[in-house]
Amino acid sequence: MLRFTVRRLINMVFVLWAVSVLTFLIFMVMPGGGDEQAALRIAGRNANEQQVQTVKREWGLDDPFYVQYADMMKKVFTGDLISYVNQVNVREEIVRGIPRTASLVIGAGIIWLFFGVVFGVLSAVYAGRFTDRALNVLALIGISLPVFWVGLVLLYYLTDRIALFPPGGYTELGEDPVDWAYHLILPWFALSILFIGFYSRVLRSNVLDISNEDYVRTARSKGLSERRVLIRHTLRNALIPIVTLFGLDFGAALGGGAILTESVFGLQGVGQYASDSIGRLDLPPIMGVVLFGAFFIVLLNAIVDILYAFLDPRIRLQ
Amino acid sequence: MATQPATESDFSLDAAAAVAEREGGKQLEGMGPWQLAWRRLKRNRVAMASLAVFFVLVGCCLAAPLYADHIAGRGPTATNATGTIQIDGKKTFVVTPDGTPIGPGLHKQYLLGADPLGRDVMVRLLYGGRNSLFVGFMAAIITAVLAVGLGLAAGYFRGWGDRVITNLFDILWSFPVLLFAIALGTALAIGGLQIGPVNLQGDSLWIPIVIIGVVYVPYFGRPIRGQVLSLREKEFVDAAVAQGMRAPRIMFGEILPNLSSTILVFGTLIIANNILLEAALSFLGAGIQPPEPSWGGLISDGVNQIYTAPHLSLVPGVAIVIAVLSLNVFGDGLRDALDPRAKVRLR
Amino acid sequence: MSTTEPAAPASRPTDETLLTVEDLEVAFATEDGLVEAVDGVSFELKAGEVLAIVGESGSGKSVTAMTLMGLTRSPNARFSGTAHYEGTELIGASEDELRRVRGAEIAMVFQDPMTSLNPVHKIGDQIIEQIQEHEAMPDQQARERTIELLERVGIPRARDRIDSYPFEFSGGMRQRVMIALALSCDPSILIADEPTTALDVTIQAQILQRVRDLREETGAAVILVTHDLGVVADIADRIAVMYAGRIIEEGTLDQIFYDPQHPYTWGLLGSITRVDRPRPERLPAIRGLPPSLADRPQGCHFRPRCPHEFAKCPEVPPLESRVEGAPGHRDRCWLSVEEKRERREVRPGEIGLPDKEEEAPAA
Repeated sequence: MLRFTVRRLINMVFVLWAVSVLTFLIFMVMPGGGDEQAALRIAGRNANEQQVQTVKREWGLDDPFYVQYADMMKKVFTGDLISYVNQVNVREEIVRGIPRTASLVIGAGIIWLFFGVVFGVLSAVYAGRFTDRALNVLALIGISLPVFWVGLVLLYYLTDRIALFPPGGYTELGEDPVDWAYHLILPWFALSILFIGFYSRVLRSNVLDISNEDYVRTARSKGLSERRVLIRHTLRNALIPIVTLFGLDFGAALGGGAILTESVFGLQGVGQYASDSIGRLDLPPIMGVVLFGAFFIVLLNAIVDILYAFLDPRIRLQ
Repeated sequence: MATQPATESDFSLDAAAAVAEREGGKQLEGMGPWQLAWRRLKRNRVAMASLAVFFVLVGCCLAAPLYADHIAGRGPTATNATGTIQIDGKKTFVVTPDGTPIGPGLHKQYLLGADPLGRDVMVRLLYGGRNSLFVGFMAAIITAVLAVGLGLAAGYFRGWGDRVITNLFDILWSFPVLLFAIALGTALAIGGLQIGPVNLQGDSLWIPIVIIGVVYVPYFGRPIRGQVLSLREKEFVDAAVAQGMRAPRIMFGEILPNLSSTILVFGTLIIANNILLEAALSFLGAGIQPPEPSWGGLISDGVNQIYTAPHLSLVPGVAIVIAVLSLNVFGDGLRDALDPRAKVRLR
Repeated sequence: MSTTEPAAPASRPTDETLLTVEDLEVAFATEDGLVEAVDGVSFELKAGEVLAIVGESGSGKSVTAMTLMGLTRSPNARFSGTAHYEGTELIGASEDELRRVRGAEIAMVFQDPMTSLNPVHKIGDQIIEQIQEHEAMPDQQARERTIELLERVGIPRARDRIDSYPFEFSGGMRQRVMIALALSCDPSILIADEPTTALDVTIQAQILQRVRDLREETGAAVILVTHDLGVVADIADRIAVMYAGRIIEEGTLDQIFYDPQHPYTWGLLGSITRVDRPRPERLPAIRGLPPSLADRPQGCHFRPRCPHEFAKCPEVPPLESRVEGAPGHRDRCWLSVEEKRERREVRPGEIGLPDKEEEAPAA
């Protein structure tokens, strides 16, 4: 187990490095057009000539690309990344937004995991019957809804037509926990609905597949109660892939769904920072957020893999 | 060689073969897997209806110019901020002086309302649909070609090539799809793409197509590679090699056909996901660039008027949901029909 | 004497009938019609005897075995008929009743040992789970009993390996674990569904030896489902031959092997490779294929493949004893006993089916 963990962590470092190189390639090298174009991109659409020159200097755009890469990484690590459009330090902005984004994504994650599993198991246990069909329809609709649109629908109907919830905004957890949750209910729902649909389908499929496995049949032949067979045998196996899936999806929510949800509900988290910057085509903050997001996800995946090995002895002991 | 005990699914296939014999009255060997699948699919009325809905939607969007010319009387970019139209006999401002556009109603012009610039939402919806669906579909083709190509190469040749490709997949996979697409989208939106002979303008429709196409390659490529790995071990591949067939012929002639059902099912799913991704990208501004209309872009245009003119943001979303849902339902039906180990089949 | 051993079972009277199956039918409603897997099967099982149910794939033998344990759970399965076990009616019984019986009274060993054990639980835990389900036994005691069971089935270093996971064992070893599991609560009936089919021939012999030894020790009755007559000859007391959902012949080991009454049985026996005979030019095989399950021939199911078919065959032959003085030897063939004995001797000393073109069967 220890050897596996160490190997996985080493792999993680390698992937992180590769991710940083890839980010560099995407923003600096790939679009082409040489240094002039690169400087223009970083300085932003409305930059004047002086700003462009500043960018060229500070980013070492006249230097060979590996020096550029080193410069970029140095900027990122020393927190020296600045948005030229509004002269704001990117790292500070990101740090400010983290608690908000975390509140949104972690809360939504708990909700979708819980409901996804419950609905999925219900669907599997009542397979073919009304409960299953109904849940399947709901799940299909759930995975077909664009996250940001759901947010807008909720905003319109539940904060304007009927003022049931506050129209966006965020209250600090420390200030007022109830209000904090009150503001997050709609965003949580909007973000998790897609995943609830997806998870209930995946879980239904897993549970049904495993129910047909030979060892579940053996468990039944031992005279165990259905509940015991379900929990100790079927679910114990069916939930293992969910661990990996959750890791991936949590990352996807963080790096994607959060951006959309935050901007619709005005939560001013890292996601909204990214979305605002995208609207302005302001590159440094986007770079910063992309690196931050990707790093976090690589770390998360490594943790998830280690957890998976813990749960499945076949991986662990080989 | 172990013989398998008969299982319920064996009965199902035998029964189908038996029925085929009865119906045909001839000595049929039984239906091939494709015919069986097609028959099952046709019987799934919900799935077929879904497919029909999708085609109708596509048809409507393709007919956008016809609609614009003959029914609405204006194109997607024709503004009309100060104009008036007749509704129920009364002359109404298309956009009221305080900026509120009219909503949906049963009038030929502005069937789904207007936007603050006086543009016809229905017309923009159809034109936007053309763009969004085109991007979604073409991107899916790029994903399929790349994923199948890379997956086949990695799975068949193994060795260091496989390792490189798998690592590439893993690295790309670490970027959550939207974030990756955003990164690419914003990087390319300003200056466009200039690699060698390829020179795309920043607002070309091909940029989101290429981005979305590339972003989903690991998602599609890994399962393909996995399947190729297991297909490779089957005897028919050994037989082909023994016959002296060369690698490309084996890959494309023997293995690829066996991947068809995976490709079909995944393909449908990818198109659905592409539509959602494109909508998200365009909503954020990193996808189809204005002034070209797109469903996501339309939603984003309407965000500021969400309380005064909700139809601007809500209506395009409905179109997205219809497109994606119909594809998903059909995809489900397709998967059920193609699954040779179909389990619970109720009458 | 160790306190973990089950109560001494060896003294069971051997003509007590444990299980009576009457007219069992199992059908599946599919999108293409009602498919009958088991079409009126009846037999009895006495305490301590080994009954082998023999047949090809699709003959319905596995479905029969599974149904006895209530393990045929498809929602489109339809059952009729009865299976009485010691006062309990198994077909259509409630889950609670079946659960009481499963493991404790009737236990099963499945065909594929590679997939029959839960991969994420230790093998010891899986056996202890069954023991504790049916008997109130403290953990340590259950553990001791499990170690003993593993030793009995021949797992070396049982005390260590009790904490191993299934993937750490070979196929043969896993099957032994399955047998230990099945016997852990001292059942009166052990159903073994093709227990050796997925194993090497050499391992096969060892497993069968174990089963035989354990049967001696515990006195349990065994229903052995298999397609392999070689396995049967080693271990069975009585044999029931199934074809296309019906039992077409039933009798003691000697009766079936030395006086087989049904043409299908002749085919099965004739197609066994023999090392003590000169090699035939072609191994006799039964022409044709088993009928599709949804579309069986009327009357005797074997008709299309039988070289001895005659006018009476479209009428379903009942399973009856036709041989004088052998009430337990029953078959489903309209031919008279003399005709049967004549036709089956194709060449001196060899049993086989002639090619259909060769002769003209006369009614």
